Amino acid sequence: MTKDGAPALRMDSVRKVYPTGDEEVVALDHATLTIDHEEIVALVGPSGSGKTTLCSIAGGILSPTAGTVVVAGADITGYSARRLTDFRREHVGFVFQTVNLVPFLTARENLLVVDEIGRRTGAPARKRADQLLEELGLAGRGRHLPATLSGGQRQRVAIGRALMNDPDLVLFDEPTSALDTQLGEQVMELIRDEMNSRGIAAVVVTHDERMTHYADRTVHITDGVLEGSPPR
Amino acid sequence: MRLALREMRRQPGRFATAVALLTLIAMLLMLLGGLLDGLIQRSTGAIRAQPADLVVFSAASEHSFLRSRISPEIRARVAAVPGVTRVGGIGVSQLAARVPGNGPRDLVDVALFGYEEAPSGLPSPPAAGRAYADRVFEDQGVKKGDTLSLGPARTPVRVIGFVEDVSYSGAGTLWASPQTWRDVQDANRPGSSVGAGVFQALVVRTSGDASAVARRIDRATGGATVTVSRADAADAIGGVRQQRSVFNQIIGVTLVIAIVVVALFFALLTVERIGLYGMLKAIGARSRTLFGGVVVQAVVVALMAATIGSGFALLLDRTLPPGTIPYQLLPNRLIVSSIALVLAAVVGSAFSLRRVLRVDPASAIGRSS
Ligand SMILES: Nc1ncnc2c1ncn2[C@@H]1O[C@H](COP(=O)(O)OP(=O)(O)OP(=O)(O)O)[C@@H](O)[C@H]1O
Ligand SMILES: [Mg+2]
Repeated sequence: MTKDGAPALRMDSVRKVYPTGDEEVVALDHATLTIDHEEIVALVGPSGSGKTTLCSIAGGILSPTAGTVVVAGADITGYSARRLTDFRREHVGFVFQTVNLVPFLTARENLLVVDEIGRRTGAPARKRADQLLEELGLAGRGRHLPATLSGGQRQRVAIGRALMNDPDLVLFDEPTSALDTQLGEQVMELIRDEMNSRGIAAVVVTHDERMTHYADRTVHITDGVLEGSPPR
Repeated sequence: MRLALREMRRQPGRFATAVALLTLIAMLLMLLGGLLDGLIQRSTGAIRAQPADLVVFSAASEHSFLRSRISPEIRARVAAVPGVTRVGGIGVSQLAARVPGNGPRDLVDVALFGYEEAPSGLPSPPAAGRAYADRVFEDQGVKKGDTLSLGPARTPVRVIGFVEDVSYSGAGTLWASPQTWRDVQDANRPGSSVGAGVFQALVVRTSGDASAVARRIDRATGGATVTVSRADAADAIGGVRQQRSVFNQIIGVTLVIAIVVVALFFALLTVERIGLYGMLKAIGARSRTLFGGVVVQAVVVALMAATIGSGFALLLDRTLPPGTIPYQLLPNRLIVSSIALVLAAVVGSAFSLRRVLRVDPASAIGRSS
């Protein structure tokens, strides 16, 4: 799956500075993190600590101010915006904190968006979408619009979409923050099972310490500085 | 692109305003175009019907039949020019005519042509005092066999048949022999009567390159003539150029309005979609793909508007009673108007390009509210 058994993610001394007006905000500093393939890492930290920033850099949405980022053996640090776009489409899965689904597309079509924005494959993509919906317990909901789905179902559709491109790394930014505890646990369990069965590495951002036991390892972040806990 | 089309199918209401506005614009475009074509047609029919590649006027006439005179000597020189295959004289008198059965003050404008070479739809010139009449006179109550009284002298001319699309300068025409024309001119316009063998202009058929022949004719007459193509002669008819330029300006302004409408509409739509575009970019959609979707939507909106507008134009063509508004439906006009509208939509949607490019994929991730 990953090139030459390279880790799914290797971040080395990554620094991210946002220029805001006259001041600069250091959102991430000396972040060094390696995630093996098939490993699920929980990223926990208070609001504004840099969790989203770390995910954005790991997934090639943002470029770091300094340091190197290697995803599945590909050093994406110096990639152009255009190349990063293509890289995200082909190698990374995202489940975002807020806007996730296209409101005028059905659940199934939201999965197929991944195929439509890239080099279209057609039938194989449709087959994969149907299979994912089935696995995620959405077999009967494929033709529903997001507005007619429950919060948990919507999040499951988003997870399905993140898996459509058979990624090397999936980044979940607070996937359960909009759900109640019980639903949140269900979704976390689903994430763990899906990742494990496919052998895909993942970063799961959460506020909630109770969710961390679904991960192989928990990394804490405070004011842009990482502080790892040893693998369980 | 699939995404863009699907959005239109799922949420047609979002695009209804744009379709409605562009449909009104399309109707206006086609109405204006149809009026222009109708006006031009009613001005130029007599010239377009001429069996000629070239029309020869006298110098300094500024392509006006009224001011132009061609003597038999000049005509002979024109006829001798290599490349000239046929030459016919032509003259016209513009008068008011009384129609039998109509009131004494109910005059109609008439242009009586004397011709040698038969225009399309006409046989060779009829006998003296007779004329073929423009079909438009039928709508004004003229019947075959009627005798019209022309001008202040009330010169009688009998209508012996009708012919289509030969109006001149907005007036219906009568087509008579050169002698009938000279008689009418002598009786009603004694100040500008024409002698035997004199015409106002010549219609010339050529073989080979017509513009080269035109130059040769003017050289052969020592600059006594100005020879132009039939199309230029038609354009030179009073008002044609002005009508065309005024209408084209209005059509141009209408297209600019179409561009503005599309630009504003899709700019608003793009602002609404910033979150969606950010998310799609984050999962790997290129700006080009997203912008392509905007253009596709604008083109579809324009095509719908053009289709409804064309339907309106066809309906207008069917329902307008003949002889009222000079509205003429030409297939070319519908096609050109539709293409212009689609191009306006593409240009208008291009104003959203910068906004689409500027959407930051990072905006999709995070920001919990
Ligand atoms: N685009 C930006 N411009 C300027 N500053 C930013 C930007 N994005 C984030 N920041 C700042 O960087 C820091 C880290 O932000 P980040 O969104 O990564 O935090 P977070 O841990 O995801 O927070 P939350 O739990 O609230 O989502 C914060 O101080 C934030 O204000
Ligand atoms: Mg965040």
